[in-house]
Amino acid sequence: MPIDRAEVERIAELARLEIPPEAIERTAAQLSEVLDFVASLSRLELDRLGPTQFAPVEAPLREDELDSRRLAPETALAAAPEAEGGFFLVPPIVENVSP
Amino acid sequence: MAYEAVIGLECHIQLGTRSKMFCGCPAEFGAEPNSNVCPVCLGLPGALPRANRAAIDAAIRLGLALGSEIRGESVFARKNYFYPDMPKNYQITQYERPLCEGGALPVTVDGEERSFALVRVHAEEDTGKSFHPERHGDRRVSRVDFNRAGVPLLELVTRPVFRAPVECGAFLTALRRLVRWLGISGGDMEKGQLRCDANVSLRPAGSEPLGTKTEIKNLNSIGGVMKGLAAEIERQRRVLEQGGAIEQATLLYDADREVLAVMRSKESAHDYRYFPEPDLPVLVVDEAWLAEARRRLPELPWTRAARFASEYGLPPYDAGVLTEQRDLADYYEACAREVDEKLASNWLMTEVLRVLKDRGWTLAEWSERVPPGRLVELLKKVAAKELPGPLAKQVFGWMVEEPGGTGELLDRHGVRVQATPEELRPLVRAVLAENPGPVRQYLGGKSATLGFLVGQVMKKSGGQAAPQVVQELLREELEGARRGC
Repeated sequence: MPIDRAEVERIAELARLEIPPEAIERTAAQLSEVLDFVASLSRLELDRLGPTQFAPVEAPLREDELDSRRLAPETALAAAPEAEGGFFLVPPIVENVSP
Repeated sequence: MAYEAVIGLECHIQLGTRSKMFCGCPAEFGAEPNSNVCPVCLGLPGALPRANRAAIDAAIRLGLALGSEIRGESVFARKNYFYPDMPKNYQITQYERPLCEGGALPVTVDGEERSFALVRVHAEEDTGKSFHPERHGDRRVSRVDFNRAGVPLLELVTRPVFRAPVECGAFLTALRRLVRWLGISGGDMEKGQLRCDANVSLRPAGSEPLGTKTEIKNLNSIGGVMKGLAAEIERQRRVLEQGGAIEQATLLYDADREVLAVMRSKESAHDYRYFPEPDLPVLVVDEAWLAEARRRLPELPWTRAARFASEYGLPPYDAGVLTEQRDLADYYEACAREVDEKLASNWLMTEVLRVLKDRGWTLAEWSERVPPGRLVELLKKVAAKELPGPLAKQVFGWMVEEPGGTGELLDRHGVRVQATPEELRPLVRAVLAENPGPVRQYLGGKSATLGFLVGQVMKKSGGQAAPQVVQELLREELEGARRGC
C-alpha cells in the first residue's frame, strides 16, 4: 500500500513527531513496506469469527460499588516522569479541548 | 443576502454514580489530586475495565425518556488521541453501535412547544483534568489530575436542528431539567456536570446544502452557549458578506472576555482511529432490563406539565415553572389536592420560590421547615377569606422562621383576626358613613364598588379583619339601606 509524502506529514503531525524533510521519502517507503507486510493478514478467512475480546464474558457488568484497588497518590505518581504537589506534570496543553 | 444559521449540539452529561465507569474508584468531586485512581483508570498494563451497571442503567433511562431506540447489543470503542489528560491515550466510548439512537427532546421555546431530534446517546468515560500551563523553571508545564478520568459520562448528539442560539439555550435548560428529574446527574454546567460543544454553519436562507461548519468548545454555561454562538454566527456572517469563505476550525469561547479564539490547527488535528474495545464484551441489554427500567421511569416533566394544565387548569406558564423540578412538582400536587389549584400555584411561584432564591435553599430544605400540610392550612384560610391577604403573607413569613400552625402563629404574635359581626359592624357602618359617593354608586347598580368599600374596612381594621365577614356585613348593611330608601 503506497504511502505518499503528504500522508507521512499528516501522520507525523497527528503523532506529534518531527520528521526531517530529507527523511520523509525514506519513511514513506518504510511505512509502505510495513503496511504490505501487515496486509498479509487479509489473506486469512475471518468471516465466521467475531471480533477478538480479552474481556471475561461472564459477569460483564459491575455493580456501582467502590473497591479497594485505589492507589495511594505517591504510588500512582511513582512511575511518572515528573510529578509535583500530587499532580502529574506534562508538557503544556490547551485547556478543555479533549474530545 | 440573508443567512440562516444551522446548529448542532454535542452535550456531555456527567453521571452521579458512586463509582467510575470502568473501575471501583470513587466518582466524587473535590478529592485530593490523584487520590481516586487505580490501575484501571490510570491505564496501567494488564488492568481490565468492567462497565458500571448503574451508569448503563442511567443511559437506558435517559434514552427511554427521549424516545430513543435502545440497542440490545451495543459496542464500546477506543477513541485514540494524543492528549495527556487520558493516561491510556484513548478514551473508551461508543462509536458504531451506540446504546441509544434517535429520539427527541421536547422543549418550550418562547412559549412554543418544539421538539429537537437527536442522533444518539451513548455511554463513555470522562477525561482527567488539566490545569492552565504554568512556568516551571525554564519551561512551561501543565498539571494533570486523573481523579476525573473514568467518571461516567453520557454523550448526547443532536441533529443540526437549531436555527438560533435561543433554541440551544432552551434545549440545554430542558436537558438539565430532565437529567435532574431522572436523578442521573446534577446537571450543573458551572461544575462541569453538563457540558456542551456546538457546531455551527451558515447558509443562504431557504437553501438546502449546509455551509462549512466550525466547532465551539469550552461553553460552560447556558448563557455562554448562547453568547458564544451569537458571536460565531455574527463572525461567519461578516466573512460571507465580504465574499470570504469559512474555514473549518475549532474555536474556544472565553466566557470572561466574551471572545472566541481559534485553536491552532495542530491542536485540533485528530484522527481518532476508532476500533472496538477488545477489553470489553458486547454490552447486552435484554428485554427484562428494558421493561424494568421503563417501570422505574417517573412521569416525565413535559407530560406532567401538560397534565397540570389539563387537570388543575393551570396556565402553561405556571405548569412550566412548577415542573422545573420534580420535587417542586410533587410539593405542588400535595398542595393542589387540598386547596384551590391556582391559589396554590400563585403562592408557590411567588412566595415560596422567592424564599428559596433569597435564602439559597433547596426545595428539600424548604419542605423540611414547611411541609405541604402546613402551607395548605394557611392557604385554606386565604381561600375561605378568613385571613386578609397581607396578614396571610405575614403568617407565611413567620412560618419560615418558626414552628406551629397558622392559628398558633397568630396567637404567638398577638394578632387576632376580627371575624365576628359584633366587632366588625361598627367599622363597616363608619366606612359607609364616610363614603356616601361609593355607596350611592353601589345602590345605583355599580356592584364593583363593593371591593373598594371592603378595602376601606380592611384599612380601618389595621388589616386584621376577615375579608369574607366584612364583605357579608357590607352587603347586609347596603341592602338594608336600599330597602330603607
